[in-house]
Amino acid sequence: MEILSKIESLRNDFPILNTSINGNKLIYFDNAATSQTPNCVINSISDYYKNLNSNIHRGVHSLSLMATEKYEDARKKFKSHFNAKSSSEIIFTSGTTHSINLVSSGFSKFLEKGDEIIVSQLEHHSNIVPWQMLCEKTHAEMKVIPMNEKGELDLNKFSKILSKKTKIVFVNHVSNALGTVNNIEKIISLSHSVGAAVLIDGAQAAPHFEIDVSKLNVDFYVCSAHKFCGPTGVGILYGKKEWLNKLPPYQGGGEMIDEVSFEKTTYSDLPNKFEAGTPNIAGVIASGVALDYINNIGLKHIKEYENYLLDYATKKLLEIDDLKIYGESKNKTSVVSFNIGKIHPYDIGSILDNLGIAVRTGQHCAQPIMDYFKISGTIRISFYFYNTTDEIDKLVDGLNRAIKMLS
Amino acid sequence: MNIKNIQNEIVDEFDLFDTWMDKYEYLIELGKSIPLISQDKKTNDNIIKGCQSKVWLYAEKDAEKVKFYADSDAVITKGIISLLIRTFSNQKPNDIINANTDFIDKIGLRDHLSANRANGLNNMIKKIKFYAIAFSKNS
Repeated sequence: MEILSKIESLRNDFPILNTSINGNKLIYFDNAATSQTPNCVINSISDYYKNLNSNIHRGVHSLSLMATEKYEDARKKFKSHFNAKSSSEIIFTSGTTHSINLVSSGFSKFLEKGDEIIVSQLEHHSNIVPWQMLCEKTHAEMKVIPMNEKGELDLNKFSKILSKKTKIVFVNHVSNALGTVNNIEKIISLSHSVGAAVLIDGAQAAPHFEIDVSKLNVDFYVCSAHKFCGPTGVGILYGKKEWLNKLPPYQGGGEMIDEVSFEKTTYSDLPNKFEAGTPNIAGVIASGVALDYINNIGLKHIKEYENYLLDYATKKLLEIDDLKIYGESKNKTSVVSFNIGKIHPYDIGSILDNLGIAVRTGQHCAQPIMDYFKISGTIRISFYFYNTTDEIDKLVDGLNRAIKMLS
Repeated sequence: MNIKNIQNEIVDEFDLFDTWMDKYEYLIELGKSIPLISQDKKTNDNIIKGCQSKVWLYAEKDAEKVKFYADSDAVITKGIISLLIRTFSNQKPNDIINANTDFIDKIGLRDHLSANRANGLNNMIKKIKFYAIAFSKNS
């Protein structure tokens, strides 16, 4: 495994990994919430404010031109990374949630009473609530693809609820709570067979494997930079040009207009139509740097190493009495969601925090999944390429200590 | 004992422990002797919002004093609410209303809770004070 020999030097790229929490060296296992930031990304933000800070697409002065070029370079990087047909199909937003809201809000133009839209039971609240708001507005009906006890979507049921009435299907590529990798190829082709559009929430997929939107033939693909070593506050929305042209603008303001008068305003072409106001310029440029960083390591190597960590952690955790893992699909990213006996996840999370181990506890913004399993929440550990088996061993020791205290 | 003295007593007890692991063990121990809320009072109305774990709190007035009962599905939370009950149970409504809660900062508990958990703790204190206000109006 190529990455194994580089781990120490990779870890040195992340200053936060040397931090102490409560007197213990930080062990960071909350990567599905946000990944850590390497020096090159931190430096990019600092360089921007030291050397480039100005507003893009507006000035004739050198700084503005340089900043614009860097910002648009980042767009080109994402275009080629996701294999979009054109850079104008890449829209920068503030995050996955913003990207989803941009699309769901625009879809009010296409929906009416009697239409249906389809979500899955595995979704994060951010891919449920915006669509519920859309249903309230348009009186369209939302149907749900159910899951099985392994945490996998039931695609037979999906094909049964899919019909000519279905206008859009929105499903995550990877479940944030369970780590299940969904068969989005099949979901996309089934949806297209009835003429429905598809939005894939790739927040938990983009950090871990290669995504080819052209090959997937997906209509919308959304993700957040802060989950793949980028800064917070930057989201990416890929949309097929024909869809983005049809969707109305989400916000009005500067930069998104062609001509403005009090009688009528015409809108800019893509991508500016969806980027009203001054964007997160430093963040977008730094996100491009983050993308280069993970591509330099290689997503194939990242995936291979994460699978190794996942197998190691799963095996070690299952040695603990009464530990139950939720999400047992064969096709998973490096997320393990679990509970131990009747111990509350909050109690375990608090003890682990004292030992410097950062995990997520609770419902992970995915209450329907917790309802399915009839639990109040889980402890979730999620890895990235800078985690090690040694850290997993320390987690297991910490869990055993917590169990002793709490039972 | 008055509220201030009980609070000082708690601060002294927590001072005996050097590490937060020991303090947590003590909290867990204290939670075991909490005056438990009865099963029929574990209603949605008596749940304290803003906590990651479930916390139920109920109060009744006995003569001039307020008595609190609680429970939680998480043992550390149970320890935290037991500290509050030890401080405020069997006290007069006006004393509860006027009491400050800086003992929580003195034992370092608030610093040790994440923002949403600290928010849960604030909601527990609020609910205790609301009960006291309600009882002070009825008397």
